[in-house]
Amino acid sequence: MGMTIAEKIIAAAAGVESVKPGDIHTVELDRLMSNDGTTHLTIDMYNKLRKPRIADVSKLVWIMDHNVPCDSVKTAASHKKMRDFAKEHGIQFYEGAGVCHQVMMENHVTSGELIFGADSHTCAYGAVGAFGTGVGCTDYLYAMVTGKSWLLVPETLKFNLTGKLNDGVYARDLILSIIGMIGANGANYMAMEFGGEGLRTLNMSDRICICNLCVEAGAKTALMEVDEITLDYLKAHGREPKHNFKSDADAAFAKVYDIDLSTIKPIVAKPHFVDSVVDAKECVGTHIDEAFLGSCNNGRIEDLRVGARIIKGKKVHPLVRFLVVPASAEVYRQALAEGIIDTFMEAGAIVMNPNCSVCWGSCQGVIGENEVLISTGTRNFKGRAGHKDSFVYLASAATVTASAIKGEIATADRI
Amino acid sequence: MGKIFKFQQDVDTDQIIASQYIIFPTIDEMKEHTFESLDPDFASQVQPGDYVVASENFGCGSSREQAPSVLKALGVKAVVAKSFARIFYRNAINIGLPVIVCKDLHDSVNAGDEMELSMQEGVVRVNGKEYECTKLPEYMQGILDQGGLIASLDKE
Repeated sequence: MGMTIAEKIIAAAAGVESVKPGDIHTVELDRLMSNDGTTHLTIDMYNKLRKPRIADVSKLVWIMDHNVPCDSVKTAASHKKMRDFAKEHGIQFYEGAGVCHQVMMENHVTSGELIFGADSHTCAYGAVGAFGTGVGCTDYLYAMVTGKSWLLVPETLKFNLTGKLNDGVYARDLILSIIGMIGANGANYMAMEFGGEGLRTLNMSDRICICNLCVEAGAKTALMEVDEITLDYLKAHGREPKHNFKSDADAAFAKVYDIDLSTIKPIVAKPHFVDSVVDAKECVGTHIDEAFLGSCNNGRIEDLRVGARIIKGKKVHPLVRFLVVPASAEVYRQALAEGIIDTFMEAGAIVMNPNCSVCWGSCQGVIGENEVLISTGTRNFKGRAGHKDSFVYLASAATVTASAIKGEIATADRI
Repeated sequence: MGKIFKFQQDVDTDQIIASQYIIFPTIDEMKEHTFESLDPDFASQVQPGDYVVASENFGCGSSREQAPSVLKALGVKAVVAKSFARIFYRNAINIGLPVIVCKDLHDSVNAGDEMELSMQEGVVRVNGKEYECTKLPEYMQGILDQGGLIASLDKE
């Protein structure tokens, strides 16, 4: 029996010939990412160990991104703990560089790696064919101390993409459509694998956006076939693939979906579930108080270009706050060089430093009681962006920007 | 015996413990905010030995281990649900909080009912009725039995 990409990566990391879904293996991890959402607790547990030790410090990457810059005295204490520990132990550390997954993609991840990240959206790394999966701090600590962990081999859902997205339709609309189709637990415990001719029409930014959101269908990881676009991206960032795995012709998939990209339309996910998706047209006219363009899902230069093109020469609606947050310092500087930041500010947008910002509802752009946000962030859970009685709609950079201009949910073709 | 606190489907980790609290320095400082948006009285009313009973996909969303940790810190004995989201499930086992899959329980019981759990027998008992639960794979039961994943590090 052949193997899927996920199975091949696990087999390689476990040092065995083959694996099958349901097996539990001890695996060697390539990289361990942690951010300020949980690292302070990991450090507390580390310090309580009888024999605290780090198996291989070169595997660790720590990134401050959730509450950056620090917003309170309590956060300052947690941040200081993380910063001091990283320095003391020589752990690669970023602060101000951007959202952890974007920083990882720009600087570290390569094809065929097995990566634990103490953040659910670690599945984004599948964009270059790496097996990234989100873990809690106990898993993280165990892996940090031993360099290893245990992994249950997941079944794989295969998504065969054909055709091409129409103008005005984005990767964000595609992945929201898929989550709507399979449901918020449609891929629970499974890997989601993407391939087919349609994949070749999607650039690396699109691919990161798609893989990043797969956890919202419950997926353990997301994986894309490596192709020229992947290899070009890695080369441009000075990296080589570790492995270049493809699923075997006789690999077993739990289910195969064929998706014609030309059938995808602009989509909005309504409060309070990511799988609560509708045609964006059904939400047109819904009042909004705030719009957010950013996050590890949609804060890359390609997303900012889409927004800037729509808002150039226009103004943000006077009753709306429009927050624009580049996903990394690299993206920010590129946007500055292209005049994109100027375009947003000219229109009246508030441009913030790279960080998780509104997407995680804790330090920037928090919304109040009964307020409505339209966002390119990752989640629209109840209270995710602030008050427990507030409302978050998710959409593409184009729909979010169009809505910021109109003061209500709008599609870009009507601006 | 412990009391049942009942929740519906797709309870996400933001509902269990919201983002603005998870960066607090310790779990003890966070735990009073558990389920704040769904049941503001939960943290003050739950007693050690009580149970959380939920429908499908409990704990979906973020990987914050703070979610099972605040439940454990409040003394919740186990979470019994129709199904769990993957990361919550794994985190709960890793920290030694029993997470039990039981398909029939949620629809048959009410909040406030008294419940008894036998992990060995793989059953829960409520109102004189017995409900069968899915047993954990041996490997995961082993982690739970030793008190969580970290306990094994101190043994090595």
